[in-house]
Amino acid sequence: MEKFDAIVVGAGPSGNAAAYTLAKAGLKVLQIERGEYPGSKNVQGAILYSDALERIIPDFRDDAPLERHIVEQRMWVLDDESYVGSTYRSAEFNREPYNRYTIIRAQFDKWFSKKVQDAGALLICETTISDLILDGNRVIGVQADREGGAIYADIVILADGVNSLLAKKAGFHPELDAKDVALAVKEIHFLPQETIESRFNIGEDEGVVIEMVGKITKGMMGTGFLYTNKESITLGVGCMLSDFKQQKTTPYALLEEMKAHPAIKPLIAGGEMKEYTGHLIPEGGYKAIPKIYGDGWLMVGDAAMFVNAVHREGSNLAMTSGRLAAETVIALKEQGKFMTEANLALYREKLDESFLMKDLKKYKEMPGILHKSPQFFTTYPELINKAAHSMLTVDGVDKKTKEREIRRNFVGKRSLFGLMGDAFKMWRAFE
Amino acid sequence: MIKVENKLFQNRYKVDAGHPHISIKNPDICQNDCKSMACTVCCPAGCYTEEGNGKIVLITDGCLECGTCRIICSEHRNVDWEYPRGGYGILFKFG
Repeated sequence: MEKFDAIVVGAGPSGNAAAYTLAKAGLKVLQIERGEYPGSKNVQGAILYSDALERIIPDFRDDAPLERHIVEQRMWVLDDESYVGSTYRSAEFNREPYNRYTIIRAQFDKWFSKKVQDAGALLICETTISDLILDGNRVIGVQADREGGAIYADIVILADGVNSLLAKKAGFHPELDAKDVALAVKEIHFLPQETIESRFNIGEDEGVVIEMVGKITKGMMGTGFLYTNKESITLGVGCMLSDFKQQKTTPYALLEEMKAHPAIKPLIAGGEMKEYTGHLIPEGGYKAIPKIYGDGWLMVGDAAMFVNAVHREGSNLAMTSGRLAAETVIALKEQGKFMTEANLALYREKLDESFLMKDLKKYKEMPGILHKSPQFFTTYPELINKAAHSMLTVDGVDKKTKEREIRRNFVGKRSLFGLMGDAFKMWRAFE
Repeated sequence: MIKVENKLFQNRYKVDAGHPHISIKNPDICQNDCKSMACTVCCPAGCYTEEGNGKIVLITDGCLECGTCRIICSEHRNVDWEYPRGGYGILFKFG
């Protein structure tokens, strides 16, 4: 019976980061992916944050399939027919090394996987792992959905994504709660490169990110986004599943309405839609993190709830957790220690020391606050847009009267205590 | 009315004919006990439709493998959800 030092389930950013780091250190690694090729089951916006990947593959820029580096970030607060926005654009973002890029995941994951294989890991695709093999409470291997599919290893790294059926079947996790996951749908629209560059006022290889909040989510806790790729635009909308459940708009109708918004429609006009995707994002934050290690196993990436929803970061947390999991295993191997739960606590220590847990901890109250404050997604966007409209419409009414009217609107909609309470809540959440 | 089929038409699938990876455990529960029928609203691929008599029909061919239906059916836990066999199901060209 062939036995591996480590089995990694999944070939997304976290699994690839783990498998690469382990293989580079000379460990005998098997990676298993259920898709036809790495990336064929994976969905992301997608923004790549350089730092997390640089710590794994310092020269990734030489051959990674990168779309555009981001030079401009827009934040839009939308009402039905308008938006109030802020933009940050800097020439500094145009100097190498670039800090973040848009990517197309199917291509990027394939590239990353090639690096993993070059480092010496064995990859098997088109194979779904149906169960973990347990000896008592200890994970000793995985059961693949093909004949003679039992494979053994000292450690199994679960990089099997947000649904992580394996952890649930083994009883390590309860089922996900609808309040801890967002459902996002998106489309990719192809346009000539020059059209994108003139439409967004950008040069070759430069990119724009637009993050949106407001009426596009119909009162649900959620956000919209639009990213520029080289010859395509990705746009989508995501809301908490617990909110989706309470209403009657389908995700695809929500996306259609977003695309029809007067500020968004001209940006994608003339494009050819070539793919529609849907995906869950684990946004429960720090308090929703499940058990992430035990005898013979470690959990990384989306499976472990490692998403910073406030800053729209996920793939960097995935890669970082994959790398730290691998470094934990390497350290234990070097010390001749077994992969017991007690020894694997080193993984948690490494996570706690990194930006990953520090950031998640910082925003630990945010999901709870936002769930209780739908006004941030409806009332405020509406009020802010109406205020802007009033101040920017020249109609013979004096500005003092307009200001009074705006103030009356805010107090009328939220009351003075409501406004103060909301300000306090936001201060606490960001503190 | 938005037709989700027009969107799904752009996607690539390798359908595992005769082996749906999701099934409704007990159709009677959908028909008699479930008031919300949230699956018919929330599934981003529109895999679940209500036939008018409260009966839910599930066709998994357009499934995006997101997991939504499994999680929202939290009261009745009436969805049996597995990943497709290796290599089958959605094949994202771009992701």
